[in-house]
Order: sequence, then C-alpha cells, then structure tokens
Amino acid sequence: MTEPQAVAALKLTIGASVVVALLNAVLGTITAWVLVRDDFRGKAVVNAIIDLPFALPTIVAGLTLLALYGTRSPVGIDVAYTRAAVVLALLFVTLPFVVRTVQPVLEELDAEMEAAAASLGASDFVIFRRIVLPNILPGILSGVALALAKAVGEFGSLVIVTGNLPFRTEVASVYVFGRIESGDSGGAAAIAVVLLVLSFALLLAIGAVRHYATRFDRA
Amino acid sequence: MSIEVRRVLKRFGAFQALDDVSLHVEGGSLTALLGPSGSGKSTLLRIIAGLETPDAGDVLISGELATAVKPQKRNVGFVFQHYAAFKHMTVRDNVAFGLKVRKRPKDEVGDRVALLLELVQLEAFGDRYPSQLSGGQRQRMALARALAPEPEVLLLDEPFGALDARVRAELRDWLRRLHEEVHVTTIFVTHDQAEAMDVASQIAVLNAGRIEQVGTPGDLYDEPETEFVMRFVGEVNRIGDRWVRPHDLEIVHDPAAGAVEAMIERISRLGFEARVELAAADGEPVVVQVTRDTLEELELERGQIVWVSPARERVFAEVGSAV
Amino acid sequence: MRRVALRSVALFYLAAILVGPLVVVFWRTFQHGVAPAWDALSAHDTIHAFELTLLITGIAEPVNTVFGILCALTVVRRDFPGKGLLNAFVDLPLALSPVVVGLALFLLYGRTGWFGPWLTSHGIRFLFALPSMVVATIFVSLPFVAREVVPTLREIGDEQEQAARTLGAGSWQTFWRITLPSIRLAVIYGVILTTARSLGEYGAVAVVSGRIQGVTETATLRVQEQYENFDLAGAYAISLVLALGAVLVLLTTTLLKPKEEVV
Repeated sequence: MTEPQAVAALKLTIGASVVVALLNAVLGTITAWVLVRDDFRGKAVVNAIIDLPFALPTIVAGLTLLALYGTRSPVGIDVAYTRAAVVLALLFVTLPFVVRTVQPVLEELDAEMEAAAASLGASDFVIFRRIVLPNILPGILSGVALALAKAVGEFGSLVIVTGNLPFRTEVASVYVFGRIESGDSGGAAAIAVVLLVLSFALLLAIGAVRHYATRFDRA
Repeated sequence: MSIEVRRVLKRFGAFQALDDVSLHVEGGSLTALLGPSGSGKSTLLRIIAGLETPDAGDVLISGELATAVKPQKRNVGFVFQHYAAFKHMTVRDNVAFGLKVRKRPKDEVGDRVALLLELVQLEAFGDRYPSQLSGGQRQRMALARALAPEPEVLLLDEPFGALDARVRAELRDWLRRLHEEVHVTTIFVTHDQAEAMDVASQIAVLNAGRIEQVGTPGDLYDEPETEFVMRFVGEVNRIGDRWVRPHDLEIVHDPAAGAVEAMIERISRLGFEARVELAAADGEPVVVQVTRDTLEELELERGQIVWVSPARERVFAEVGSAV
Repeated sequence: MRRVALRSVALFYLAAILVGPLVVVFWRTFQHGVAPAWDALSAHDTIHAFELTLLITGIAEPVNTVFGILCALTVVRRDFPGKGLLNAFVDLPLALSPVVVGLALFLLYGRTGWFGPWLTSHGIRFLFALPSMVVATIFVSLPFVAREVVPTLREIGDEQEQAARTLGAGSWQTFWRITLPSIRLAVIYGVILTTARSLGEYGAVAVVSGRIQGVTETATLRVQEQYENFDLAGAYAISLVLALGAVLVLLTTTLLKPKEEVV
C-alpha cells in the first residue's frame, strides 16, 4: 500500500475527485437554479439531457470527450493524457448528481420566504446567502457526497482519455486493474480496500446529511 | 405615511388584473381591500409593496414616487397568507431579520425583538422554530417580524385566510387593537366582508380589476353605489328591479302599494330577532329580518301568504350605478 | 440581467461537457462516409460483442427486477434486525468502484480464491466466462429497481392490501392483483435504469472476463479494444450505437415521468 505508484494514484484520485465535487457544487447548483426558476424554450430537453451520464456507458463517455477535447480536436483543445483529462472525464460522469439533488429542494422552497426577506430590506445577495442557501445546503451536500463516491471509483471513462500514465494520470481504480492483470492480487486488494473504506464513509455521510436535512420539518 | 395609487394597470398574459385603479389611503388609517377571488386586490397590495410592478400608473408613499423603488427600499412591512416563515431560523431570529439586515447594533436588536415578542404574546416561544408553532402563532410572529424595522406602512395579504374560524376571530380583534396601539398605516386584503366591516375604518371594494367604491363600512352598507357593492357587502333581496336589505322590509297581512305577495317558508328565531324566509309570487326567495315582538304581533306562521313591503330601497340603473 | 447570465453559464457548461462531445462522435463516425462505419459494425466479433451484451443484460434484468421488488417489499413492509444493513447493502453498488467489484469476484472465485477450488473440481468455468460477467453485472445494477420501488411502496401504504385480504385474497393474489399494479410505473422506471446500467457496464466486467476477443468481449469492452488497436472507425461506430441506446433510454424515461422533474 505504500508503494509510490499506488500512493501517487490515490493522491490523484482523491485530489481530482475533490476538485470535481467542488466544481459540481457550484455549477450543479447554478444548473438546478436555472432549471427550476428560469423558463425558456427547450428547457424540457435540457432537463432530460442532464441524465445522459447516467445512461451512457462510461467507456463511451471517455471516447466522446476524447473526440472533442483530445488530439485532432475540432475546437483546438487537447487535454488527452493530461490531468485535466481526469477532471474533465469526472465532471462528465458526476454532472447529474448535484443538479438532481438540489432540484427537488429548490422546487419545494417557499418562494414567499424570499419575498418576505425582500420586504424586510434584504438585498438579493443577502436573500441568497441567508434564506436560500441554508435551505438548499443539505441538497448540495448529498449531491457532493454522491459525486465524490462516483468519482473516486470511476474507471471506464478514464481508461481511454488519460492514457493511464503511472505517476501522472493513473487513478486508483486503473492502478488496481493493472495489478490484477499482472497477477498481483495482493497489491490490488490493498488499494481496493482503501477505495472500499472511502465508499462506505461516503455512504454514511449521505445518510447523515439526509437525516440532518429534515430536521426543520420534524415538529 | 399616506399611500397614493394613481391609475395603475396590470396584466398577466391575457388576464387584466387591475384596470385603471386609483386609491388614496390616509396616513395612520386601517384600510381593507375587499373583493372576491380574482378581483385584483392581492395584486394591488403587492404593487404597493413593490413585489410586483405595474404596467402603467404610479405608486406614491408619503408623497414620494415609489413605483420604481425595489421592495427592499420601500420600508413597507408585508404579512403573507401562508406566513412565509423562515423555517430554518428561530422565532427570535425571524423577528430580528429586518433589523439585522439593516445592521443595527446587537443590543438594539435584542431589545426591540423582546418588545415585539411581548406585543404579540410570544415571549415564551423565542427559541422555538416555526414548525413548532400553531398557525395563529406563526402569523403573530410574521406580524412581529414585519413591524420590527418600523415600517411606514403595514400590508397584510389575507392574513387570517389559512386559519380556522375561532383563531380568525381572535386575530381580527387583535389586529384592531394592535393598530390602535401602533398607529402605522395598515392595509389588509380580504374576501370576507364581515372581517372587513369589523376591522377596517375604510374599505375599498374591488371587482374584476376595478374599484367599485371606497368608503366607511357604514357608507358601503347604507349607501352602496353599485349593485355589486350592495350584494357583496351584506345580504340583499331583489324585488323586481329594486334591491332591499332584509331589515328594510316590512311584512303586512293586507296588500299595500309597492308590496309583493309571498309565502312564508321558514321562520328561524335568532334570539332577539327572527329571520323569515319567503318565496315571492314569481318564485324569488325573499328574506326578511324582524324583531321577536313583530313576529308575535303579526302572528306569523309557516305557510301563510303575506305581503312584503320595502321601507327603504335602492335602484341601480342599467350599468349598475346608483340612481 | 442576472437571469440571462446564470442561464448562459448553465447552458454553456452543459453544451461543453455533454452535448459537444456527443455531436463530435456522431460526426466522426460518419466522417468518412457510412460504409466504414457499417463495415465496423458488421464485423463478426462486433456482432458477437453486441449479442453478448444483450445476453448478459437479458439475464441480469429479470433477476434484478425480482430481487428489487422482493427487497423493497421486505424493507418497507417488515421490521427485522439488520434491516438497516440490508438497506445499506442495496445502496452499496452505487458508491463502489466497479473495479473493486470485479476484484472481489476475482478473489472469491479465482483459482486461488475461496470458492475457486470447488468450482474447478466441478468443472465450472466462472471467471473468464459468462457466469462471472453475469454476476458482476447483476451486482452493479442491483439497486435501481429497489430504490425506485421503495418510496412508491411507502407512499401507497398497505391499506389496499389489507382490504384485499379481508375480501379473501391470498398472498399471491394480493401481490399480483393489488401490489404489483400499484408499483408498475416505479418498476418500469427501475427496469429502464437497470438496463441502461447493464448495457453500459465496463469496469467490473473488464476485470472478470479476461476480455477475450470474440468470446468474452462485450460491446463496451470492444470499444476499448478497437481504440487500442487504432481502429477508430470501429470504436466510434460502436460508441454511437451505444450512445443512441442511451438517448433512447432518456427519451423513454422523460415520457414516462410526466410532471415530476420538469417544472
């Protein structure tokens, strides 16, 4: 478990997953906000697209991202075989999580609370910070936990895009796979256990957030 | 503290919510906006608060043009029908919100909140959450919250609509006494004419986006200017093309000029008074209110044929305005 | 003004991450005409890959549906020690890395694993053969039916079933005629999600199958293999088919869930 390659893989996995989770927290919330509060033609289509990463095979996701952002990219962005590719692929597969956990919470939010705050003199920013955010925070947190769980274990989408260069773009799951193929089940198992523990921890966190989220509704 | 609404128009899609509405509200008064659903009363209130913007027309608060001013800056307190409580904050924090947003010093906030909680009789509930309060308590909290930043105007949108009858009656009394103590210009919206008549000193009756009449409860009841107002505010009978209040009708045994023949269908005794329900010759139902004495004197009984004569009536011309 | 800004951010984000790549795959597949794509798709091994994928899904699907419904019924209607654990177990595949799943199977059923020797002595090929791939797929797509059915069951309550029993219906009749129809939509939705997951499974199956071309290579594994052998046309073509499948799944679910998520 202390093998440098393994450590490097774990560091990359956790680091990239955290970055992606944070990005999702912001971008996912904005997307959920737009889907709930805004209205424009084609909104229903946009809403349906959000679930694409759930339905698309991960290996295909990797290939599609490579097509647009790899060598021979039509928009001139080439991140193949870089760490940016790891973040990009993880962004794709975790996109729906925060959006889908925040959406129902936003929908249930009593819009009149915001009107009340406005009548009491609160600026739009204050309204968001003191009224909206505290109420959607549990939704954001559970989405983030789900995204983290998915990102940490993600495999298929990373296999093609990152080139799996050890110490550079090799994530933990790919490392484990490599160990299995080399016949080193022990080495694989060691890192797999770390991933397993992380998964359990995140599952517990999601449960805790859910419990915490409903505390104001329990009289 | 006075409010002036000038020729306001508001449309939602194809629906004309307010059509050329003008209204003057005296500073310090307690005014009701009365009307059926869809009459535009809530829309008008929200426009005064700045929660909606009119398509045309102006709103002036204390003589200053407020039409383009955001609700944050208008210094109006607003109370919502379903309370709009900040459910993630305690009662105390709810009430303190308007003051904290204005960055008032902590002691000042604490004192004022304590004062208000006492005023609305929620001193013991300061640390509870709204979900732990009853509907009536939540609405009292909402009132305290709206009053905390000392607004120039207090606006209430069907404030007792979501509460049951007994609590409604209690809070009605309560609002009136509160106004006597605090004296801030208050406007409230209701569809309940009894409520408006009981609480307000001035009532504006709205119908289909227009103001039908503005006046004191007495004015509206005794001198209604339109058919709609007469029918909406209090009970009426239609005799031919005349409109008569139940207590303005006399029952006699002999035919008289201008009287209508009718059969008594039901008599209900309500303490000092009695309610006599009749069916006129043309099938129209008629209701007459008489005193118990009159009932006995005339020896009225079910099934009798009598004559009903208006002592005081009103006739409205075609367009529905008083003649 | 801010409304437009937020909308632009959200739409740009979605376009860059989701829509753009898909469009490019479409374009790349047919970049050199339909013929190369068609050739790639009709290659013997590719057809076998698709067949294998469908076979595995066809087995995993009903198993998970039955399990999911049973699980949901047990969790909602009955109380027993360890219920929380069952709940967590069902949710586990969602949080677990597919490679870890594959490794677990490997360790359990491999030649040197716990059950390995038993299997070999009975002449059963588990790893590097269909059985392990089916088991792996079943595990990763386990939660979906259960997770969809549980909230629906909770909401409905068991009054209808009690009524049926007082009218003389036996357990099976009650289930078939009362319970099942009431959870029909949730089951369908769960089945769609399970199918999508099974069709798209990669990591766990990659570990246990050995990726033997023409024998234990599923469609998703084949995409990877084509890419590594620089047969881009093949990789893109198969990807496109799978992507179209995904879009079909999306369409179906959107049509089935009328008002829930679209405001």
